[in-house]
Amino acid sequence: MRLFVSEGAPGSLPVLAAARRAQGRAELLISTVGPEECVVPFLTQPKVPVLQLDNGNYLFSTSAICRYFFLLSGWEQDDLTNQWLEWEATELQPALSAALYYLVVQGKKGEDVLGPVRRALTHIDHSLSRRSCPFLAGETESLADIVLWGALYPLLQDPAYLPEELGALHSWFQTVSSQEPCQRAAETVLKQQGVLALRPYLQKQPQPSSLQGRAVSNEPEEEELATLSEEEIAMAVTAWEKGLGNLPPLRPPQNPVLPVAGERNVLITSALPYVNNVPHLGNIIGCVLSADVFARYSRLRQWNTLYLCGTDEYGTATETKAMEEGLTPQEICDKYHAIHADIYRWFNISFDIFGRTTTPQQTKITQDIFQRLFSRGFVLQDTVEQLRCEQCARFLADRFVEGVCPFCGYEEARGDQCDKCGKLINATELKKPQCKVCRSCPVVKSSQHLFLDLPKLEKRLEEWLENTLPGSDWTPNARFIIRSWLRDGLKPRCITRDLKWGTPVPLEGFEDKVFYVWFDATIGYLSITANYTDQWERWWKNPEQVSLYQFMAKDNVPFHGLVFPCSALGAEDNYTLVSHLIATEYLNYEDGKFSKSRGVGVFGDMAQDTGIPADIWRFYLLYIRPEGQDSAFSWTDMLLKNNSELLNNLGNFINRAGMFVSKFFGGYVPEMVLTSDDQRLLAHVTLELQHYHQLLEKVRIRDALRSILTISRHGNQYIQVNEPWKRIKGSEADRQRAGTVTGLAVNIAALLSVMLQPYMPTVSATIQAQLQLPPPACGILLTNFLCTLPAGHLIGTVSPLFQKLENDQIESLRQRFGGGQAKVSSKPAVGETVTATGPQQIQVLMDEVTKQGNIVRELKAQKADKNQVAAEVAKLLDLKKQLALAEGKPLETPKGLSSLGSPPCLPVCGTSLSSPVEPQFRGLQGQTGGWPDAMVTR
Amino acid sequence: MAAAAELTLLEKSLGLSKGNKYSAQGERQIPVLQTNNGPSLTGLTTIAAHLVKQANKEYLLGSTAEEKAIVQQWLEYRVTRVDGHSSKDDIRALLKDLNSYLEDKVYLTGYNFTLADILLYYGLHRFIVDLTVQEKEKYLNVSRWFCHIQHYPGIRQHLSSVVFIKNRLYTNSH
Repeated sequence: MRLFVSEGAPGSLPVLAAARRAQGRAELLISTVGPEECVVPFLTQPKVPVLQLDNGNYLFSTSAICRYFFLLSGWEQDDLTNQWLEWEATELQPALSAALYYLVVQGKKGEDVLGPVRRALTHIDHSLSRRSCPFLAGETESLADIVLWGALYPLLQDPAYLPEELGALHSWFQTVSSQEPCQRAAETVLKQQGVLALRPYLQKQPQPSSLQGRAVSNEPEEEELATLSEEEIAMAVTAWEKGLGNLPPLRPPQNPVLPVAGERNVLITSALPYVNNVPHLGNIIGCVLSADVFARYSRLRQWNTLYLCGTDEYGTATETKAMEEGLTPQEICDKYHAIHADIYRWFNISFDIFGRTTTPQQTKITQDIFQRLFSRGFVLQDTVEQLRCEQCARFLADRFVEGVCPFCGYEEARGDQCDKCGKLINATELKKPQCKVCRSCPVVKSSQHLFLDLPKLEKRLEEWLENTLPGSDWTPNARFIIRSWLRDGLKPRCITRDLKWGTPVPLEGFEDKVFYVWFDATIGYLSITANYTDQWERWWKNPEQVSLYQFMAKDNVPFHGLVFPCSALGAEDNYTLVSHLIATEYLNYEDGKFSKSRGVGVFGDMAQDTGIPADIWRFYLLYIRPEGQDSAFSWTDMLLKNNSELLNNLGNFINRAGMFVSKFFGGYVPEMVLTSDDQRLLAHVTLELQHYHQLLEKVRIRDALRSILTISRHGNQYIQVNEPWKRIKGSEADRQRAGTVTGLAVNIAALLSVMLQPYMPTVSATIQAQLQLPPPACGILLTNFLCTLPAGHLIGTVSPLFQKLENDQIESLRQRFGGGQAKVSSKPAVGETVTATGPQQIQVLMDEVTKQGNIVRELKAQKADKNQVAAEVAKLLDLKKQLALAEGKPLETPKGLSSLGSPPCLPVCGTSLSSPVEPQFRGLQGQTGGWPDAMVTR
Repeated sequence: MAAAAELTLLEKSLGLSKGNKYSAQGERQIPVLQTNNGPSLTGLTTIAAHLVKQANKEYLLGSTAEEKAIVQQWLEYRVTRVDGHSSKDDIRALLKDLNSYLEDKVYLTGYNFTLADILLYYGLHRFIVDLTVQEKEKYLNVSRWFCHIQHYPGIRQHLSSVVFIKNRLYTNSH
């Protein structure tokens, strides 16, 4: 047999490592061919590695070649190995080829590369740690290990792409890499050049298809249903029986909230939004809403919680905006601060304080930190070349200069960036520069500036990180960003600007200057607290007693994880530093990005005009929270999630549970006599509740929401199986059973209302009012499922919780907010009709199926005439068939019916990722006013 | 066709009487089988190979090392290529390659009918039903193979039978 390989083809790694297995069993010749050579006669595209078998047939799949070598050595195929190899081909390879393409061909780094594969890496890590075996398919190294190792090696051999927190993956990878055949294969293929050895080959390959129609997945991974032990069931039952007696007293509200010794004191901040922009959905989910869920959860746990935020108001952008609108900077700030506050109020964000940075406290604290840094020698002075307008008698900040772009010749380039070519510019490089105010030509002058000496503080920072990071809940992207900054080495950073709108610099010779936002914006948290209470230092100079959680989008990580800690460490005043830095990825809009300039996307003030309640927005944004990977807002998906998860699952369950109590038991919770089935359900709900706690303690907000939906699915199934509406009409025993089922169901509904509180506070309160849940049970969530609505408890009036979202309503909103507009016009007509009618048709059919199902159920419950039931059942089956057809499920119908258009539902891929020339901002940029140029370009 | 339905078809064609229940995972609706004695199995071809063993028909996975590797290669092809992309162009390219592969073969492994034939038949069915007479003639070897498999006892079941014309109409097109 003969093996064809090519220089730098990644598939050679596993194949060469596996070839050792076949040694001595068959003769193997190895030939090297060019990357574009067609070895396999029947394949149109070139493909390597390829194994030509002795019978003339070809193996062109890397895994199949490895499998063949293993089979030759006498290895037997097994299910687990098959499963790993299928997963490798269908899940890992698409993600990995995207990552390698970004890294090797496009030269990207960091999260851009790691992002696409993170989920797959986590999957391997979890599988390894769950089975607690050293290898993928058992105690010894086998085919699955070699194939996956070979696929992953080019990426993971760079430690930057092997996330530290994935410990099991780490040790598996080290073990396999150290095997001799693997070492040799690695040397042969990568030639000690690392991943760059793949470049000549990968450059010649077409762009991976996983990149072309890259749909961002909003679906989290499925969890397996756990098996329960007898002890777990017994413990769940004991806790349940204690009921309300288990609850501690409610913590009385405090004002101001201050840390208490011996308690868990949680200080929560969300990134300060820049005042002159109306926040869009990405900003909202990225910081304020995520932090709000955690703050509400923290209060439900009875932790002593302070949640604060505010607008970041200083800086050039405010001055520019003020000039545009003909107002003073202060007036602009007042106006937009109110807009922000209104939006967050509408979204029901539970700030203890929503302040602002333009206060005397800000000046006082910033100047104090500066003085301390200055007197300790952490501030440097240097001269900077800058444009100065002689007419206006001032130095011009980047945005006050316009001119001709030195790169593309665009005439209205700004001093920091060209809107046409998108390149970053140094203001002094602009051709024909003009002062934006008076249009005269500025001159280059030198100006004195202050620099924070970060290199001098680097060692302290590293020591602090070493103590803080292990065991903390910093998100992986935040760890990664900080690590890569430290790896490149810190440089002194300019902390002053020639502006008026800012915190004045308290130093002789700097009277005309202010602090640059990135030095003082993060100090805003302290000053906002100082405006709330004069005892603010009990929060901010108390690292022993306070846990600080800071929420932000990932572009803000360096400010919070690096710059502020350096300032605080250098100031030597025992500041509270971030314990858990929680950073999200980006939220996209439909298939593109939010863009203010193109009017694409939903902005905070518009959300309320849609007629969709705030809680529905909260639910959907949290359901798609970009946690661990980018995600996308989609109108159609929002409709589906509302109608399926909220209306049909959660709302349906809670409503039915309450209705049964009202209708069958006159509003009084009936006696419950638990059978072993009921006890199992109790234990399952308890387990899911504990899972919810585990996730939220780690601030995995999106995943914890799934636990709520899982419990309500359990509940729906429980009602469906036990049919209380039938039993209520039966014998005494049946009636008792109906009572137990109803009682347990309504208690699950009560539990759900509390679990839902961080996510949907208004809906939660509505349920609690409907069920008349006692106040302590509303405000505290324990780790056990308690009977909070005991027999004899009288509930209130039950009514539906959610409204259906209609297609035409969503369609008109989509039109209004510009989702997918550009895409539709550039797409062939065929694709359009499929996407446009598909989901609608499905939704209509789904509703009809539900409706018809209810009719049938009612008829059956009433023991109606058999023929009548049969007729309605026939209708139901017919509807289900149509639905199956529309969803592209198998055509299990007579041929005559299958005329709904075939193929019924082609996945539409290949959406155009066209790149418009104008600058686009992704979901969550610039809450703190953007980076100074030098930082962005790194 | 949804993966669960396809696996039910496969169960019947293998003569497995007690039907399994499948759940679906993620947005691609990957099938999951909860087995009685052990962890669940995930993935179409993984479960299919498991069912074959359950039915004591291991010969459908290939008899020699070569055959076994070839069967798995085409199963992988099925889930990555046939299910992966389904634009018209992708399908045309795929049929072209397959057509030239099958030129000297009765089945995918050569002379033995295997699971690869069954799953490739199920996977291609939705595309083949849509081919024009001219296209079917263009991919003559694929048509011959497909027609052969759909007449293999117990495989097609309720799927529509695709009509292939025996005499050639477009002799000039080659």
